[in-house]
Amino acid sequence: MLQIASLLPFASGAGGLGAAATGSGGFTRPVIDYHAFAPEIVLTGVLVLVLLTDLFVPEDRKVIVTNLAGLGVLASLIPIITLAVDGHDRVMFGGAFVVDDFSLVFKGLFIATGYIVLLMSTNYVADGDYYEGEYSFLLLSSILGMVVMASSRDLITIFVALEMLSLPAYMLAGWRKRDLKSNEAALKYYLLGVLSSAVMLYGMSLVFGTTGTTVLADIGAQLAQQGTTPPLITVALLMIVLGFAFKVSAVPFHFWAPDTYEGAPTPVAAFLSVASKTAGFVALIEILYVGFLSNNEVWGPLCWVLAALSMTVGNLIALRQTNIVRMLAYSSIAQAGYILVPFAVAGANGDALVTAQKASAMYLLVYTAMNLGAFAVVIAVARKTRSGEISSYGGLFTYAPGLTLLMSAFMFSLAGIPPLGGWFAKLFMFSATLDAGTGAAIALAVIAGVNSVIALFYYASVAREMWMSPVPDGDVTPIRVPPALGAALTITVVLTVVLGVYPSLFGRLADVTVLARL
Amino acid sequence: MNDILVHWGLSLAIFLPIAGAALLLLIPKENELFIKQVALATTIVTAGVGAWLLVNFDYDRTGKLQFSVNKEWIEIINSRYHVGIDGLSLPLVVLSMFICVLCVIYSWDHFPEPHNPKAFLALILLLETGMNGTFIAQDLILFFVFFELVLLPMYFMIGVWGGANRQYASIKFFLFTLFGSALMILGFLALYFRAGRTFDIPTLVATAGDLLPHNTEVWIFAALFMGFAIKVPMFPFHTWLPDAHTEAPTVGSVILAAILLKLGTYGFVRIALPILPDAAHTWAPWIGLLAVIGIIYGALGCLAQKDLKRLIAFSSVAHMGFVMLGISTLTSFGINAAVFGMIAHGLITGMLFFAAGSIGERYGTREINRLGGLLIQAPKLGWILGFLCMASLGLPGLAGFWGEFPAILSAFNPAAGLSVDTFRVYMVIAAIGTVLAAGYLLWMFQRVAFGAPKDEFVDAHIHDVHGPEWIAWTPMLVLILVLGVLPSLIFKMTDGAVTDIARTLASIGH
Repeated sequence: MLQIASLLPFASGAGGLGAAATGSGGFTRPVIDYHAFAPEIVLTGVLVLVLLTDLFVPEDRKVIVTNLAGLGVLASLIPIITLAVDGHDRVMFGGAFVVDDFSLVFKGLFIATGYIVLLMSTNYVADGDYYEGEYSFLLLSSILGMVVMASSRDLITIFVALEMLSLPAYMLAGWRKRDLKSNEAALKYYLLGVLSSAVMLYGMSLVFGTTGTTVLADIGAQLAQQGTTPPLITVALLMIVLGFAFKVSAVPFHFWAPDTYEGAPTPVAAFLSVASKTAGFVALIEILYVGFLSNNEVWGPLCWVLAALSMTVGNLIALRQTNIVRMLAYSSIAQAGYILVPFAVAGANGDALVTAQKASAMYLLVYTAMNLGAFAVVIAVARKTRSGEISSYGGLFTYAPGLTLLMSAFMFSLAGIPPLGGWFAKLFMFSATLDAGTGAAIALAVIAGVNSVIALFYYASVAREMWMSPVPDGDVTPIRVPPALGAALTITVVLTVVLGVYPSLFGRLADVTVLARL
Repeated sequence: MNDILVHWGLSLAIFLPIAGAALLLLIPKENELFIKQVALATTIVTAGVGAWLLVNFDYDRTGKLQFSVNKEWIEIINSRYHVGIDGLSLPLVVLSMFICVLCVIYSWDHFPEPHNPKAFLALILLLETGMNGTFIAQDLILFFVFFELVLLPMYFMIGVWGGANRQYASIKFFLFTLFGSALMILGFLALYFRAGRTFDIPTLVATAGDLLPHNTEVWIFAALFMGFAIKVPMFPFHTWLPDAHTEAPTVGSVILAAILLKLGTYGFVRIALPILPDAAHTWAPWIGLLAVIGIIYGALGCLAQKDLKRLIAFSSVAHMGFVMLGISTLTSFGINAAVFGMIAHGLITGMLFFAAGSIGERYGTREINRLGGLLIQAPKLGWILGFLCMASLGLPGLAGFWGEFPAILSAFNPAAGLSVDTFRVYMVIAAIGTVLAAGYLLWMFQRVAFGAPKDEFVDAHIHDVHGPEWIAWTPMLVLILVLGVLPSLIFKMTDGAVTDIARTLASIGH
């Protein structure tokens, strides 16, 4: 990744690489801290290994490749742990690449997500007529992009990371290539994704033109000195935030999400709705809190509108869905709204700023567990029913009580009912708004509160199908859950419950993700 | 043993039931008898803890929190695992444990369709954890978690085991309550940020009144009011209750009436009044107004009902109106009456739902017009129903009297700063409500129990009260009588705690 970045001519000229900018002409070799890079290096090694192994493994034993990918992903957790134990922040390339607590928490989250998605995919891709080896390879590439994203503190690095995580995802969305819906999914996702990247990149170029640097910390320092927001920066911020609004599927930039999730293979939909969205939020946190903190009066209200619209529109449309994946898609749009709420209120005062950052991080953590779990159940149930209709969940309780319990837990967690994880995430989100305490913040809190009630209706309607309706076709053969999927379900449900009952266990993680203080 | 229970007693009271529920999940479905035994044993052991609390409670210091535990829980928001009981919590916790034992006994061979005792009993146990926890919690977030924890099991209990219209009723119950809780949690957070960054209830009681400006208090009170008033439920937020009660299985109705409704009134007395005394004075006349509207509206609603359970549900609206009237006077006399009213209503209405459930099960209908001659076909059941009607209409000598009469009387002399005229008008209206109560209850009893059985049921074999019913019901019937004769059993527990709350309220009287 960094090789690519350093080859970009404007990056080195821009002062993106501090060494080059301050040097008296000529290229100074940047100092590379291999320990800080270890997670990326391990991941890169694993994905090359996966690609090579795939060439030599016979068609009927491809599961080896998937397992190898899973183990490799776990292996990349090791350097993250050693870096966390080591503790001190590592800054490279003039501040473009930073390994701090924030980045480690999100790297860990991305890798854990990647592992769970691999578990969910194992039998899905093996049973279908798919290219297993390439599937794992692309998934790992996308995760690598995300892991880089967590450390990026520079507009160029962020953009490169974003493309690294998006390009494989476009291909994965179209993985069921003999299915028209999957083709549609990939094409829509690709076209809108590229469009949003272009808009974002244009915004970034305006920032560079105005400030003469791409390093977020430098941009932040410059803009803070100016006091007021120059008009060009306002335009640029608008473009950057709207570009990421596509990535996190916030209304009104959400149109691709339901179609893409429905057409893509279900594990990929889970991956997009969780990891890709989280990566978008991570980038937003880095850009807004580090680079443009002093311009909060521009992006605060913008996020307010995006949050209010996403929650309300997402929830209202979700009410009408009959397909479980489409419902989860609109639910994830609404959840993006809840995650955007802290951004909208962060500018009120110093306390609110800190609470808001913790709230976003906590929400992303909880959302990952519960949403992945919900998708895992969808995959398990579809193995028997071969259907994505919510009505096909009728009477699930009578023949698959375990899956019913799990799905109920995930649904009510998404709805924010104690003692499941979602309630604490919501509570923290609400507490950010009340910490801010302004009229606009409290209005947003009330909108979020009303929305949680609306949302309960469709989450509960899944529970109602499972518990209270008869089995639609009378077929009550039990569902066999393969071990890999079972493991994914176990991990997600344990996290969902633990995060709800004893959030302190993970509270420290949210505590250390604060990038900006006043 | 005692040392352990002093520290762990309350935690056991909360978590034993949920541990029992987890155990039930591990037992295979086919092993029904064992499932029932485990559930029964869990509730009995929990009730045993309750009995120990009752015995070891220091009745000279009822205003103080006893058996407290205060441990770290969620550091990042400074919420703590703080539990403890005073004279206000104690009777309600014990009532909750007691009702749960009886519900398991009653269920023994009464499992409604689609049967499945394993899931049904697990839900009862989960409910018990939520209810006990709410009464014991001394931290707002902890309180909120338990307050919400009861929603899921009750939703499933109504939705899976309920009557024909169960899906509608269950989601309505859920949505109404959640709407209230969403506003309530906003109120809690506002308290946290505006009153010293703590969720600790005793601390907030001591400090919040001084820290908050009047306007803020009034708004926060409004948010809390929505949460609690929907749960009580007060007119005009009561519409979920008749549906939920009518569709719920018998045991669900009993738990709903006996305990769940009290979570709302308890919230007022434990949280809203003492933490926001100033706002309480501002809102009290309005609460009193809604309370008396509820009394009259509930009574008139009863007169129009055709379904036995629906009638009892509307009578709950009226009875909770008396409780809320007592609370709205903000006097120790009124609040004492209100707490007694909660216990009495829990026993009497809970028992009425048991009886209505058994009648409905025997006749296959609860439509009052189709019933008749219960005293001929099942005399014991008939007389139990008669006894309960008397208790419910507030006959002196039975428990209902001590909730209703002092509540009306307390409105004669509300707390300083409240308009005496207004509350005396309320008093008169509430008194008219008792006449109406006598009317609808006796009329219902007359139609169900007197006369000859209707043609369609003349030849039906109507079983009189049988074994498990006797075991489940006798303790409740005895308590209704005992508390009617010796009301001081409850008053001596609650008085100290209530006096403290009333003192907090009076300290800022205008």
